[in-house]
Formats: sequence, C-alpha cells, structure tokens
Amino acid sequence: MDINTKKIKKNAYRVTKVRGKTALRIRVPGGHLDVKYFDIIKEVAEKYGDGSVHMTIRQGFELPGIDFDKIPEINRMIAPIIQGLELDYGVSIDDIEGGYPAAGTRNVSACIGNNVCPFANYNTTDLAIKIEKAIFPNDRHVKIACTGCPNDCIKAHMQDFGIIGQVEPIYEASRCVGCEACVKNCKKRVTGALRMENYKVKREEDRCLGCGECILKCPTGAWRRNPEKYYRVVIMGRTGKKNPRLAETFLEWVDEETIIKIITNTYTFIEEYIDKEAPLGKEHIGYIVDRAGYHVFKEYALKDVVLGPKAQVANHIDFGGYKYERNIYFTK
Amino acid sequence: MSLKLSREAFDDVLKDLGKEYKIYAPIRIKGEGRFSDTDVVRYGEVSGLDEIEIHEKAHFSPKEILFPITQTLFYFTEGEYQEPKYDEKKIIVFLRPCDINGVTRLDQVFLENGEDKDIYYERLREKVKFFMIECIEGFDNCFCVSMDANKTEKYAAAIRFGDDMLVEIKDEALINAFQEKGEFVNFEPTFIQENLVNVKLPDIEQITTETFEDDMWKEYAQRCIACGRCNFVCMTCSCWTMQDIAYDENNSSGERRRAWAGCHVDGFTDMAGGHGFRKNYGDRMRFKTMHKINDFKKRNGYHMCVGCGRCDDVCPEYISFSSCINKVTKLVGEERK
Ligand code: SF4
Ligand code: SF4
Ligand code: SF4
Ligand code: SF4
Ligand code: SF4
Repeated sequence: MDINTKKIKKNAYRVTKVRGKTALRIRVPGGHLDVKYFDIIKEVAEKYGDGSVHMTIRQGFELPGIDFDKIPEINRMIAPIIQGLELDYGVSIDDIEGGYPAAGTRNVSACIGNNVCPFANYNTTDLAIKIEKAIFPNDRHVKIACTGCPNDCIKAHMQDFGIIGQVEPIYEASRCVGCEACVKNCKKRVTGALRMENYKVKREEDRCLGCGECILKCPTGAWRRNPEKYYRVVIMGRTGKKNPRLAETFLEWVDEETIIKIITNTYTFIEEYIDKEAPLGKEHIGYIVDRAGYHVFKEYALKDVVLGPKAQVANHIDFGGYKYERNIYFTK
Repeated sequence: MSLKLSREAFDDVLKDLGKEYKIYAPIRIKGEGRFSDTDVVRYGEVSGLDEIEIHEKAHFSPKEILFPITQTLFYFTEGEYQEPKYDEKKIIVFLRPCDINGVTRLDQVFLENGEDKDIYYERLREKVKFFMIECIEGFDNCFCVSMDANKTEKYAAAIRFGDDMLVEIKDEALINAFQEKGEFVNFEPTFIQENLVNVKLPDIEQITTETFEDDMWKEYAQRCIACGRCNFVCMTCSCWTMQDIAYDENNSSGERRRAWAGCHVDGFTDMAGGHGFRKNYGDRMRFKTMHKINDFKKRNGYHMCVGCGRCDDVCPEYISFSSCINKVTKLVGEERK
C-alpha cells in the first residue's frame, strides 16, 4: 500500500492504529448543524466505515474504519456537507469534491450560546462561523472556541484563542427598589463588583466581568443590557506533554472586528516566528509565543487594530500551568 | 364621537397633544431585554404612533406612571424640608382594559382606603387620561374575562389600531385635537369575551385557616425562589417601603423616598430585631394569593387581581398564578354568583 500520509492528513484523514484503515474528521463550525447532514454522515459510516461515529471534543465527527482507497469517493459524498458548513458560510474552497483542503487550524467550536442558553451574551455559533470564514483553510495548528459567558462551558480556557461574551450592564437608578438581589448574587457567584449605597447599587467597573448575571436577576429591569456586544479574549491555553495551562486574558471589552483581526494577524506572526526546524514543520502557537515573548506577539496581533474606548489590553501575562519535565532548571 | 383617521393623521394628533401632555405607551427597546438579543417591552414616553408597541403585552405594567418605582417624597436639611418640583404637564397613557381596571384597584388602595388620601398618587392620578388600546384577542396567560376586568368605560379615548385608526372620543377636552383630522364613523370598541386561560374563582366564604394550612402551599415552598418578579410586573401590587437617605457629604441633609416592595421578596416582613413573619416561600405565595383573590374582595367587594397574566409571563420558575387560583377553588369550592 502506497499512501502519502502528509497528503491525507491535510485532507482531514489520519493514520490510525489499524494498518490500512483511516478515519475522517468532519468539521462543524460553531458546533451546530442541520440534521439533514446526519444522513450523509450515517451513509458514509455505514458504507465505508465501521458503522460508528465518534463525537470529538472540538465538535466534529470522526468516522473510523475507512479504507484508504475509498478517500476520493467519500470526499465526493461529503461535498454537500462542505458546501453547507463551509462554502455557504463564506469559506473559499476550490475543489468542493476533493474533501477538506486543510486540517491544521481546527474546527472553531462554540457553546450552545444565545440560541438557547439564558446566560449567553451573544450568538456563539454565528461568531464561530465568522471566524471560520476568516481563517479556514489553513495548515497552522490553531485552536479557537467561542463561549457565551464566563461559565465557559466550551472550555475557551483550553484554547489558543478563547472568546468569552461580555455585556455592559446599564443601571437605571430610578427603577431600582433596592432588593439587593443583584448585589448578593454578584458577591456569591461572581466577583462582588456590586455594593449597596443609600439603597442604590454601585458597580465597580474594574471588578465587573461583564457576565450579565445582575441583569438576569433584577426583578424590575433596573439593570439593562447594552445591546453593543463585547468580548474577552483569553489566549494560549493548552494541554499536551510539556506545559498544560489555562489561557489568560489578553483583551477585554473588545468587539467582533477586533477578534477577527487579531486572529488573522496571528497567522502572520506564526509564519515569522515558527521554529523552522520543528518536527514535521509543526509547532503549537502557544510555544511560539513562549519563545518569541508576549510583547512581540502582542505587537503583531494588534497591528492595524483600532481598539474601542472600553477595550483593555493586558500589559503582561504571567502564564501558569505546570511543566511535566522536572529537571527543567537544573540538569543532573 | 367616533372618527376614522389615517395613521399619518393620528400621528399628527399625537404630535399636537404632545405639546400639552406627556404621552406614555408600551414601547419596544431593542436588544435591551433580560437575555441577549431580546427586546424589552415596557412603558416609555412616545412622540409618535410608530413608537407604540401593540403586538406584545408590555412586560411591566403601566402602574409605574402613577406609582413610580422610586419616588422622592421630600428633601430635608436639618429642621426643614422641601417637596420635589411638581411637573405640571398632563399625562396620556395608552393601555388595555385590564390595566384600566387595575388603576381602579390602585385608586381603591391609594385614595379610598381610610380617611387620608395618598397625595403623591393623587397628584399624578389627576393628571392622567386613558387612551384605551382595544384588546380583542389578548395574549398568552391573560385571564381578564374570568376576573371581570375585560371591559371598562373609563377611558378618554378608545383606539382600534390598524391601517386606518378608529377612535372613540369621550373626553370633550380632546375633541379639538382630533376633530378635523378624520371622518366621522360609527365606532365603539369591542372587548375580549374569552381568554385562552380560564380561572374559576373560589367561594371566599369557604376560605378558612384550614385553607391557609393546606398542603397545596408546600409545593410553592419548593418551587418559588422569592425573586419578586411577579410582584413588580403586577398591575395591582401596590406595596411600598420607605427609604431615608442621608447624603454622604453632609448627613444632616438628605431625602425620603418610597420604593416598591413585594411580598415575595426577602425583607418584606422583617421587623426591628430581625424577626420576619413569612420566611417560607410557600407562605409568601399564599399571602399574595389571598390578598389578590380573598382579602381585597372581603374589604372592597371585588377582586384585586385583574388577570393581566404578567405574573405568569415573567415567573422564571414557571409558577402560574392562574393555576394557583384554580387550586384554591378546587379546595374550597366555586364562587356562588
Ligand atoms: S458558557 Fe455560558 S452561555 Fe455558553 S452554554 Fe455555558 S452558561 Fe451558557
Ligand atoms: S455583570 Fe456580572 S460581574 Fe458585573 S456587576 Fe453584573 S453580576 Fe457582577
Ligand atoms: S436586583 Fe434590581 S432592583 Fe434589586 S437591588 Fe439590584 S438593581 Fe435594584
Ligand atoms: S396577580 Fe398576576 S394576573 Fe393578577 S393583576 Fe397581578 S400580575 Fe396581573
Ligand atoms: S416570579 Fe415566581 S419564583 Fe419569583 S417570586 Fe414570583 S412566584 Fe416566586
């Protein structure tokens, strides 16, 4: 059997532990899809795979047990999925019958967001799709997820870019009866950014996460939503065999346009700073930032970005996590 | 007198009336609802016809116009006090029959309950004219027909919204503003005759302390979270509390305000020393229910609740007040007419 593994990997198939068998990953940008695509997934799994499908952590579908020589046929079969879940979203792919043209930049995942969840501060699927359009196809290894609020159900903190919805609560003092529901709740469940003063509520802006819980709790509508959408961007979270860590806040109170711009700018940064000797030409973005330094990354990421008046940029990031390698500072 | 006006003509009339009146109506505030990408519909000042939202029930009732959520009663400095400036401008409110009937309840509470009238309420009340929005279909959760609050005569004008506007004018003071703007027609508003929700009212003679102790309230102790939304959206909840504020910079000056209070909310029955009468949320539900469909009637001869259904619309725990009334009725038997 003569297989160009580099080529099939780029095509979203992989080398599996079973000799001669591959598995296909279907992308579902924003984690939401019309059920009509299940029919195709089912057909491919039954006809070419082992009749099963694995739901990946990134909200894709992985179809195992496929023979390598069936790849071209399968790619033709999944064309409607690529049409509906990529081209229709504005992603450009030249050969729709040729399967996915890249797999490095992973599926942009999303929590269920404001289609369903009361906590959500925006439509996470829609934003994920916009990001997909801006960055796919791309071979660079980048992981992005959108989550509606700081509950972070999609685990944005485990991504290279985690987008967390923020809302600015607007207070109308004359509607406030002083019931303290918002104050008690913010203290118990969030940061304690609110306090009572003379029967009215004061919000400490610096401590406010923009989660929107106060708006949800207020029985009189004294807290209202600023319809403007804001986002916190956390960066360079990761798992892996060296230094797993949670992402840290890079930006807060920024808009959608800024997010798209900093992510696309990051690809330029990668091209410039990636380790040219890295095994298989692959280096994870977080390690590139570690090597080049946050300030260099920041300069690239913010190039030509016009930040809004509320936007905040981290001066410095002290990444945490831990290192598996114990002898990192001293060698015996 | 009844007239047919084009929407443009009606809009002109509103603009004209706007010089003499503050005009309040349900408005839709886009994107500022509780949840993201949702709107809030509530009362606000309008200057034109298109600003008025008639396709959705206002989430909050118009009572806040007559009985503001918070209201400064007076300012004080040491031994002296001063009342806030009084706005002379008259008021027009667009509202539905149930809400006009709700105002009757507020009048009862603030003006006809004992010897003294509530002057703060009275002063606003005197300035208000009602423009009744004809309501033929109602909305989810409405049960005004069961509460006998679907009809009213107490309006200055009644309006049927449409491609042309039909208006019945009762208040002579308004005739000038309207008369040359449209053509005379025969129009009288129609009132809704049947809601989607029907409530059977209890025979209040049969409501005893046993009813109060019945197990039916235990369910609410589990379900209610005491958020108070049902109180604050209610057209007829009229409780308030006093707030004395001493200014930070000089605490011998300050102000006295009143603010809405709700019987479901923590602190409503708290006394000096920390004692509270109804710590149990089921007891609070019982208290509200009994006020709305028992005590008030015993005192005034008609029920407090007007069946606007806003409490059902808003409850985050899906507690339905209309179902609760039906449960009480099941327990004690139906009202004898
Ligand atoms: S992250 Fe927030 S918005 Fe998204 S599903 Fe979780 S709670 Fe809802
Ligand atoms: S948005 Fe969240 S953090 Fe900010 S005040 Fe409201 S509850 Fe507190
Ligand atoms: S929840 Fe609303 S009414 Fe209660 S204290 Fe907070 S802002 Fe005021
Ligand atoms: S108790 Fe409910 S239905 Fe009755 S007037 Fe109040 S909000 Fe309306
Ligand atoms: S709205 Fe529902 S949960 Fe909140 S206090 Fe009223 S009955 Fe209880």
